[in-house]
Amino acid sequence: MAREDTYLQIRGHLAELSDEQLEARFWELAQQVVDPLVELARGHTSPSIERSVLMRMGVDSPTCMAVVGACEKRGLLGHGAGQVLLHCSTTWSCAAPEAARRLAAGEGWDLVAQKWGGEA
Amino acid sequence: MSDMTPRPAGGAMPPLDPDEKLDVARLLEGIEDYRPRRKGWHWREQVPDQKLHKFVYKETSKGVKNSIPLPAAHYFGDIDPQPDCVVTSEIASGRFEDDIRRMRMAAWHGADHMMVIRTAGQSHMAGLLEGTPEGVGGIAVTRKQVRATRKALDLIEDEVGRPINFHSYVSGVAGPEIAVMFAEEGVNGAHQDPQYNVLYRNINMYRSFVDAAVAKYVMASVRMAQIDGAHNANATAVEAWNVMPELLVQHAINCAYSVSVGMPKDDICLSTVPPDAAPAPCMRMDLPYAVALRDFFGDYKMRAQENTRYMEADGRDATVSHVMNLVISRLTSADIQSTITPDEGRNVPWHYNNVAAVNTAKQSLVGMDGLREMVKLDREAPELKQKVREIKERAVLFLEAMLREGGYFAAVEEAYFVDSGIYPETHDDGIARKSDGGVAAGTIVERAADYLAPVCHHFGENHLPEGYGEGGAAGADAAHKPCDLIGGCTLCDAEKVPFIDELDPEDNVNVRLAQTAELREKGLIKPEVQWAADGWVVVTMFLPAAPRVAEFAALEFGKAMNLQACEVINKQVMHPAEGTLIELKGRLDVVVDPATLTIPPEPVVMSDAEIKAFVTEKKLKCVAATVGEDEHSVGMREIIDIKHGGLEKWGFACEYLGTSVPVEKVLDAAIEHAAQIVLISTIISHGDMHRDNMEKLADLAVEKGVRDKLLLISGGTQVTDELSRSWGMDAGFGRGAKGIGVASFVVTTMRERGM
Repeated sequence: MAREDTYLQIRGHLAELSDEQLEARFWELAQQVVDPLVELARGHTSPSIERSVLMRMGVDSPTCMAVVGACEKRGLLGHGAGQVLLHCSTTWSCAAPEAARRLAAGEGWDLVAQKWGGEA
Repeated sequence: MSDMTPRPAGGAMPPLDPDEKLDVARLLEGIEDYRPRRKGWHWREQVPDQKLHKFVYKETSKGVKNSIPLPAAHYFGDIDPQPDCVVTSEIASGRFEDDIRRMRMAAWHGADHMMVIRTAGQSHMAGLLEGTPEGVGGIAVTRKQVRATRKALDLIEDEVGRPINFHSYVSGVAGPEIAVMFAEEGVNGAHQDPQYNVLYRNINMYRSFVDAAVAKYVMASVRMAQIDGAHNANATAVEAWNVMPELLVQHAINCAYSVSVGMPKDDICLSTVPPDAAPAPCMRMDLPYAVALRDFFGDYKMRAQENTRYMEADGRDATVSHVMNLVISRLTSADIQSTITPDEGRNVPWHYNNVAAVNTAKQSLVGMDGLREMVKLDREAPELKQKVREIKERAVLFLEAMLREGGYFAAVEEAYFVDSGIYPETHDDGIARKSDGGVAAGTIVERAADYLAPVCHHFGENHLPEGYGEGGAAGADAAHKPCDLIGGCTLCDAEKVPFIDELDPEDNVNVRLAQTAELREKGLIKPEVQWAADGWVVVTMFLPAAPRVAEFAALEFGKAMNLQACEVINKQVMHPAEGTLIELKGRLDVVVDPATLTIPPEPVVMSDAEIKAFVTEKKLKCVAATVGEDEHSVGMREIIDIKHGGLEKWGFACEYLGTSVPVEKVLDAAIEHAAQIVLISTIISHGDMHRDNMEKLADLAVEKGVRDKLLLISGGTQVTDELSRSWGMDAGFGRGAKGIGVASFVVTTMRERGM
């Protein structure tokens, strides 16, 4: 809805603030705006985030897509795709990129299902 | 700058030779083994009170080894002062193999921040792209392209002698992945602002913020500089000058969010643009905004961008706007001075326009060096003071209302942002997004109680086993880094970074290079503006016709000039009936083989001592004058005056007769003074006056029987050596001639002729 400029009518409570106080208020409000966003981020993940974890584990990008896609389909992202990969590479005693290739090829999801449930 | 684990650089190349082109094919050899040699952003090293030539500079930085100075530098000892701030060049041709050549050119003119624009549409692609596909309006950001570009920049920074920052975008639905790839590959800076995703790419707002936290934390781990996306509000709002309060809010949200997730303030840059342009009284509108911003954001860095909102097709107009923006940078502050090419209003920028924009910044910043010591903003001036305060208060009111609305997401749903009213006024034309809508809606997942990511620099809840903690610079006192669980992650061990070569057999750099291989191998020349051998040229013409007629007539002229695919890229009415200025682009499918060219040798320049000895021995005298009805004297003064490094410097006795001197009088004076050299300057060339005067002088000398005893030399802006000789002179000197050239010619010729 369009609104006329009400600046002069609503600025009263700011008028008596010094420049320093106004600046402090600006940053205090900005912090209040971002605090819940930071908390949201702290407790959530996403397919891109999980792929970025797998990348850091040395997995190439097409394999990251395949493994995270398969985790997403099975509702496993909340545990961390990196953890799924770690579980398999530990069980298989192989490096993470190799375990990722095997998962991408459809192998090992029974192992994963034993630990977290979901489709084998 | 944070260093990474030292390792041998794979695919190393010898240093660049300034006389050789960058060999792209060679650059790509061994690219799979190449690793960045440093990470993190580089700020220029300030040199207070730097002395260069006869000047003291207040706002300059360490000089460079190789560069091309401003055009007038030859009057000032060829100095090339480098401003205090980082200077950006934005490059977007879509082919990285051509972009890197342009980066080399821009670096030689003073750019040390190469901002690579990303191809349209990549922000909506999940996952990383691989290979080297061609982009539209920017490159497809892939590991291979990024690595090849970083490798080229490593060579280029050694050539110019100053570190070069490489920059692109960490946005879209693959932000965290791009951030990791950039951190691995030594990208030094990136745009990262979740608000950009939400407002301009319609990517789901929850997803954008959740992803951004992870991406920012990874960026911080390698001290990548971050630039926000607030400037896009200027470019989008209907009335850009009214978004100032909102801009403060957008900057604050990204800054506070970044700091809260662990990014150091020193690495956070605000992308700020003076919102207005003439004919608005833009400086008076933009200065209060610039001041308010710098007051509130004193802990952060300013990336001063240039206004593009009101940019049209006229390069002159764009350049003037940019210079006014640069005045604001100098009157306030800028840590990074961005540059927009003067042709951005009419095409994807061309090579030489990147260079033009860099030079506009360098010229303006150096020209206004230390200005603030004499010219200060009057913070007590009523209009400035009131406006600064008002912008700040309006921004605070904006934030208060957002919180009352229920926070950021609620405010976006209510279209708070990019409204063209000046808050609290609204025009109800802001961008509204649904919290459950947009690309990738519903894709964030709550981290479970056992969530684990066994890698370093991972933001958020992470249930690592006992004894494991955050690794890297943040350095926890835990016994083990998170990635010890997997024997090291790619951010700690560069050897673990995987490399994928081309996925597409058609759309890749090798195919593109093959298309132009013949030209390169045979050394053939074809014009280009952005891609090797693209053939584009621009013709400027004034047509005495109304604009629409002129436009269509210009296309005919283009055809007559054998240009293909002609297009008028700018037209400016000089007068509705009298005529129109047209800039026409067209493709010239012609190649020139330099082997077939007849290029006269460059004039030989002798040593001072050799010239001086000859002049003294022969007691050389010259008579000089500007001939005809011509009052120009500067050029001749340059050639003869000792203070300009002219002939007097080597002991020539010079008799300057003045301007508008008849040639008869010149010759009489030469005979009277027993001079061996006659110098005539002839600037005016209307009706071939320069030709007439030269021929007359030569004929008179023959008539008076002194031709063999004299060297007749002409000079002037329209003069060429070849034409002068054909008109009876011994030599002609055109634009850019110097005393040393004339002196060397005199000595060489007199020796040859035994004079």
